[in-house]
Amino acid sequence: MDETKYGWWLPMDVSVHGHLIDQLISVVHWFMLLLFVGWGIFFVYCLIHFRAREGHKALHMPIKGVFTKYIEVGVIVVEVFVLFGLSTPVWFAYKNHPPAEKDAVTIKLVAEQFAWNFHYAGKDGKFGRTDSSLMSGDNPLGLDPDDPAGKDDIVTVNQMHFPVHKPVIVEITSKDVIHSFNIPVLRVKQDTIPGQRIPVWFEATEPGHFELACAQLCGLGHYRMRADVLIDTPEDYAKWEAENTPPPAEAPAAEAPAAAAPDPTPAPAPKAAPDKK
Amino acid sequence: MSVDQQNPHKPGPGTAASTGTGHAHGDLAHADHGHELPFWRKYIFSVDHKVIGIQYAVTALLFLFFGFCLMMVMRWQLAYPGRALPFFARFFSENVMPGGVMAPEFYNQLGAMHGTIMVFLGVVPLAVGGFGNFVMPLQIGAPDMAFPRLNLLSYWVFVPGGIIMLASFGMQGGAAQSGWTSYPPLSVIASGGQTAWLIGMVCLITSSLLGSINFIVTIVQMRAKGMTFWRLPFFVHAQLVTSFLLLLAFPPLEAAGILQLMDRLAGTSFFLPTGLVVSGEALKVAGGGSPLLWQHLFWFLAHPEVYVLILPAIGIVAEVLANNTRKPLWGYRLLVYSIVFLGFMSFLVWAHHMFMTGMGTTMSTFFQTTTMIISIPSVIVVTCFLMSLYGGNIRFTVPMLFATAFLPMFAIGGLTGLPLGLTASDIYLHDTFYVIGHFHYVVAPGTLFALFAGIYYWYPKATGRMMNATLGKIHFWWSFVSINFVFMPMFFQGMAGLSRRLYDPTIYAHGRGVQPLNVIISWAAWSLGLAQLPFIINFFMSLKNGTKIAENPWNATTLEWSAPSPPGHGNFLTEPVVYREPYEYSVPGAKQDFSPQFVEEA
Repeated sequence: MDETKYGWWLPMDVSVHGHLIDQLISVVHWFMLLLFVGWGIFFVYCLIHFRAREGHKALHMPIKGVFTKYIEVGVIVVEVFVLFGLSTPVWFAYKNHPPAEKDAVTIKLVAEQFAWNFHYAGKDGKFGRTDSSLMSGDNPLGLDPDDPAGKDDIVTVNQMHFPVHKPVIVEITSKDVIHSFNIPVLRVKQDTIPGQRIPVWFEATEPGHFELACAQLCGLGHYRMRADVLIDTPEDYAKWEAENTPPPAEAPAAEAPAAAAPDPTPAPAPKAAPDKK
Repeated sequence: MSVDQQNPHKPGPGTAASTGTGHAHGDLAHADHGHELPFWRKYIFSVDHKVIGIQYAVTALLFLFFGFCLMMVMRWQLAYPGRALPFFARFFSENVMPGGVMAPEFYNQLGAMHGTIMVFLGVVPLAVGGFGNFVMPLQIGAPDMAFPRLNLLSYWVFVPGGIIMLASFGMQGGAAQSGWTSYPPLSVIASGGQTAWLIGMVCLITSSLLGSINFIVTIVQMRAKGMTFWRLPFFVHAQLVTSFLLLLAFPPLEAAGILQLMDRLAGTSFFLPTGLVVSGEALKVAGGGSPLLWQHLFWFLAHPEVYVLILPAIGIVAEVLANNTRKPLWGYRLLVYSIVFLGFMSFLVWAHHMFMTGMGTTMSTFFQTTTMIISIPSVIVVTCFLMSLYGGNIRFTVPMLFATAFLPMFAIGGLTGLPLGLTASDIYLHDTFYVIGHFHYVVAPGTLFALFAGIYYWYPKATGRMMNATLGKIHFWWSFVSINFVFMPMFFQGMAGLSRRLYDPTIYAHGRGVQPLNVIISWAAWSLGLAQLPFIINFFMSLKNGTKIAENPWNATTLEWSAPSPPGHGNFLTEPVVYREPYEYSVPGAKQDFSPQFVEEA
């Protein structure tokens, strides 16, 4: 993976909505810096100018508070602007306007200790039925082998493929503890809560190979709960989808096909069952 | 002899505060009972607020050092992931450090216990149990706390809580390892250390509740004659607000702790939803619970808790600033209003810790708005302190150095809370090292520096001897430089997207980018550890060799400086009477540059 994408400040942004978040971060930091430098100059001036020394005396009541009122009002004005001018609209626009499902790629994600299971609907566009009572090491999602809609479903572990320039909806949940779905370059983060299915969405602006990191402490393997994020060109995505669709003749359909299918990208660790220790 | 006999000046119900309750019993009590008390009643199970305060402070300092040691061990793994720990590895068992290399579960234990110990066994007991107990009754002119035996109980419930926490390291599966936040379901399915953690927390919370009610009653009922609310030193106001926060915020967590204990031990499912599958096997529980319920209950405590950590520190800084600028605190009443408002608002911001749990726009807008509102009184506090410097005659004593450094450090900690409190930027920064940098700037170079200021400032009152100023200055400058190298790089790591609580950050490409910073941070942390040596030496050496002082070595104005150093049982030799506001320094026309509260003619 290209490490030059990552430095000591915000990494590159490959999402449609991310620049608004970056803008907010940068505005807030300029404000913080301004306030801190302003305070700092006054602070250092006072420490030097009013230091105890021969012949120097303190003044009982040197100043009234007009000056500080300006600072307070200034801080309030900036905060109101940042709050209602920048942060809330960005959150609102992002969180309240999901892309239409027909235009988007929908992926179901089930997190577990310590792996990410991705579930694609396949050619028919229909997800097979899943049931937590069917979950096992070979069938991490609990796919129902009798459901015809699930025959062409694609299941991958720790590998997330999606096309560039197309909205992606990820419906995320967890089967055991709370994890957090975090792709820094896409400016996306969402906790995966067991018992809840929460949608997140984004649209990538350029293809590439990135990382998904777990952002919520989930146990001893939390640190290595990592997945490859592969943003494909539409052609590559179609090719990947075709290559990974399970052949129709072969049963059982619920075998993890991604593990068997040839995939050019290296998986970080061979995984079928969650790690135990 | 009953405890009540030792405290004959305990006020009856309905004693008006303004009439004064600190009758001149100090010398009497001393003559009657002081020398009769056996050692264990005087120093172990004492009901004297000063002894209890010192017990709290020393215990808390030990815990702080222990909690810091846990972190110094973790920093090796973060700086050099997977490399065997040289030399010190021999002190750990093969279970937790196979071949000298830290195991991931041990890393998680250290992390969870570092947070728990620093917050609940270190800073709160030192700031409230230590300084609150020792200083507050002296400052209001009371002979003791309102309920001395409750005070004794409070300390002796705190101690087993701490012992249970420490002992959990020796349990099967080790200590708690689900973070100091203990989010279920992880904490419910975790090993036995979590049970110990919960029981320990129940002890600590009970201790805090006993203490808080005692503080409130003492401040309201036991003030000396003439000590109106607007003549209370700012530190006392800070303790009063803190006590209300403890009293109102801790019970939900105590309840939640017991619910989680039931989930672990009694098979309930308060925090477990239906259909959990752990390690490929269905978890045999009833289900139907909510993991987010815990987070709400936890943060309903834990956000006010942040102000429990910072308010006493602000109180200490106010005392030291006024004393060393030789002028009244600027905006004393404004400061009091600010912290009361701060305390109130702190109950309305908790869910800003939960923006990433799937919160909708309405809820998140409410909580980010309250979060921005709470920043206003914090800005007022910083502004008032800065204005207090203006026009002063600033003496750079050791306590003043720490109090001075508190200002920019607390400002950095506070300001970096802004991008975290705003929902949109929190999407990116949530749970990264940016958060670690932010809250550590508030509690480490912020609160802890203030607490050090308090130790150097009141040590002469507690012992009758000064601490060595040269060692104090070495301690200050060494710590100040080191601590900034510890926490400043964390903002850059967080900006790069590095998550917190990672055993090996180099797994991620964005972690490898900022790995050199981890090496810097670790060496700075170890340097910070060494920087505490001058303090430890000073603390013990000064007990014997420190310069002896009279009542008022700092030429201060508040009531504690009218008592002998150290104060005897009952505190004051004569009944204290308060004549003026707390910080009357450099009054025009006065003979000297300080006009104490307790002197009639200035």
